[in-house]
Amino acid sequence: MVGVAFTVFLAGSFFRLISMWRLAKKKDGLIFSYISIFFALRSIVHWILPFAGVSMRKHPAMTIVAFLFHVCLFAVPIFLSAHVILFKESWDISWWRLPDMAAEIMSWSVIGSCLFFLGRRIFLPEVRYLTSLSDYLILAAVAVPFISGLWSYHQWAAFQVVMIVHIISGEIMLMIIPFTRLSHMLFFPFTRGYMGSEFGAVRHAKDW
Amino acid sequence: MTKRSVQNISTIPDEGIDKGAQRLTPDQVSRVIRRHLEEEGGARLKVYTETCVHCGLCSDACHFYLSHDHDPKFSPAGKVKQTLDKIIRKKGRVSIDFIKKTAEIAFTECNLCRRCVMYCPFGIDVAYLMLFLRRICHKLGVVPQYIQDTAHSHAATMNQMWVKDDEWIDTLHWQEDEARDEIPDLRIPLEKQGADIFYSVIGPEPKFRAQMIYQAAVIMNAAGMDWTMPATPGWDNSDMCMYTGDEEMVARLKKVHFETAMRLKTKRIVMGECGHAYRSVHDVGNRHLGWKMSPLPVMHAIEFYYELFKDRKLKVNQKYDAPVTLHDPCNVVRGGGLHEMARYVINETCSRFVEMHPNREHNYCCGAGGGVINCGPPYTNKRVVSNRVKADQLADAKARGAKTIIAPCHNCFGGLEDIVKHYGLGMEIKFLGDVIYECMDKE
Ligand code: SF4
Ligand code: SF4
Repeated sequence: MVGVAFTVFLAGSFFRLISMWRLAKKKDGLIFSYISIFFALRSIVHWILPFAGVSMRKHPAMTIVAFLFHVCLFAVPIFLSAHVILFKESWDISWWRLPDMAAEIMSWSVIGSCLFFLGRRIFLPEVRYLTSLSDYLILAAVAVPFISGLWSYHQWAAFQVVMIVHIISGEIMLMIIPFTRLSHMLFFPFTRGYMGSEFGAVRHAKDW
Repeated sequence: MTKRSVQNISTIPDEGIDKGAQRLTPDQVSRVIRRHLEEEGGARLKVYTETCVHCGLCSDACHFYLSHDHDPKFSPAGKVKQTLDKIIRKKGRVSIDFIKKTAEIAFTECNLCRRCVMYCPFGIDVAYLMLFLRRICHKLGVVPQYIQDTAHSHAATMNQMWVKDDEWIDTLHWQEDEARDEIPDLRIPLEKQGADIFYSVIGPEPKFRAQMIYQAAVIMNAAGMDWTMPATPGWDNSDMCMYTGDEEMVARLKKVHFETAMRLKTKRIVMGECGHAYRSVHDVGNRHLGWKMSPLPVMHAIEFYYELFKDRKLKVNQKYDAPVTLHDPCNVVRGGGLHEMARYVINETCSRFVEMHPNREHNYCCGAGGGVINCGPPYTNKRVVSNRVKADQLADAKARGAKTIIAPCHNCFGGLEDIVKHYGLGMEIKFLGDVIYECMDKE
């Protein structure tokens, strides 16, 4: 089952990227002429460093939460010792593990961040206006694996059942990445890089 | 300082949109849109619309949103949600009224200023999406009347203002005559083969602001430049078709423009102070003709003035004395990176300079760009009300001493004039060329 999830995630991502690449070749050929590695990286770097751009400085809380969220979202599932042990057992591969305490704090951070995002969706009019059901579902899809993970870790009520929820929800999250708005993970380097190239090489301007 | 907008702006009557819509059937609408999505909807459209995470961070970028008391309908992603998202979801099966509303949003509620690109973490280009919609409207024949008229003029005369071939030449002679009262040996060289510079202007210059040609001639003369202007169509560098979604015409227009430069064997094109024309010649039109960059060097007036001062070709008699502030036009700053050069020229010509905030790439659009001012009188009120932040920004510069606004772009000039008037700011607006002309040593 885990294997299926990884396969769907990897194959799905690969498929999405390749088909987008082919569509770009067919319809947006100009992207390939204008992309400049230097300016693409210049822009990407400015957008993956916290507070490097004006937009991020304008929203300090959002910036801190968004960075914390993304770091934890990646680090916890990959470096959690329980996960690393599972990888070791099934595929005999292993790597560095997070101390359990750190993993716990980071998981709470993800849940807290999700609550923050939920709060934005509910209370900020400009975000509420853009929000539809799918945005809430995606947020839930990200939060549930972490909530259920902590739940089982602490062996709270019915933790065996919750463990199953944890496994299934984690797999679902992984599998939907390529096919939902979570695909911003795949496309971020391309959209930002393309804009960075247009702004940098053609328009001699910053885009952050 | 400035008045708050309380008006609720609903659909504004517009002959172009209304008559165009009357001719449509729902079936036509969905057929045209489906075909358009299939033929021209590529990876950019797909990625932009599918990866927008609805975070709302682009809102703060948009002067429409900021000026309408943070009404989310005017945020960049909010405009996409109301229009394109629905069109894609319904695969074009939208009502004719929906198309009318879409036309109004795409043509008059976005200046294509690309400020939002700098606030969206993913660099989603809402201006591109709005242009995509405008092209749908163009194909459906639902375009605001005034801007469509300029596009018709482009198609029929190769200039934006229905200027006839002999009127163009007459205007140049007239300005040459006038200028000779001041500088007896001044010439406006017509059709000079092999000159260094082809000086090109926008259609409204000979039509409404002919003194700008006069001033440019005086500057060229004093700097001793080897320049010329054509006596044929191709003199106009402007391009409203770029904003109506008529991309075929964009290619025709720029072809004539570049070919005129080639025919005259000039080494470069120097353009007057216009932002959208710069966007068209240096960034957009070349692409439609298959050139990655323009086929010969193209310089906006700011760059040209910068060169003249840097090379000490122009001397200043007495610096402009009233404190000035600079409006950074989107198309030459976010679209061309000329902001430091503009400041250099101001430094050379003006004694006191007050920065506006925000400035440079982050400056607010004038509200006129992207063809919005060209949609004409029906939208004037909406346009100025929708840019209250600009008025606040100007008022702040005024409070810090600025008396004159320098706006090195025709559209910005017009847009700011309306804003200054509507909000009673009492500031004077000048082109960079006006200031240079006033201060320079003309000998
Ligand atoms: S391009 Fe400019 S006017 Fe249009 S949505 Fe973006 S910020 Fe607003
Ligand atoms: S900032 Fe970008 S991702 Fe966020 S709502 Fe605006 S366009 Fe979408």
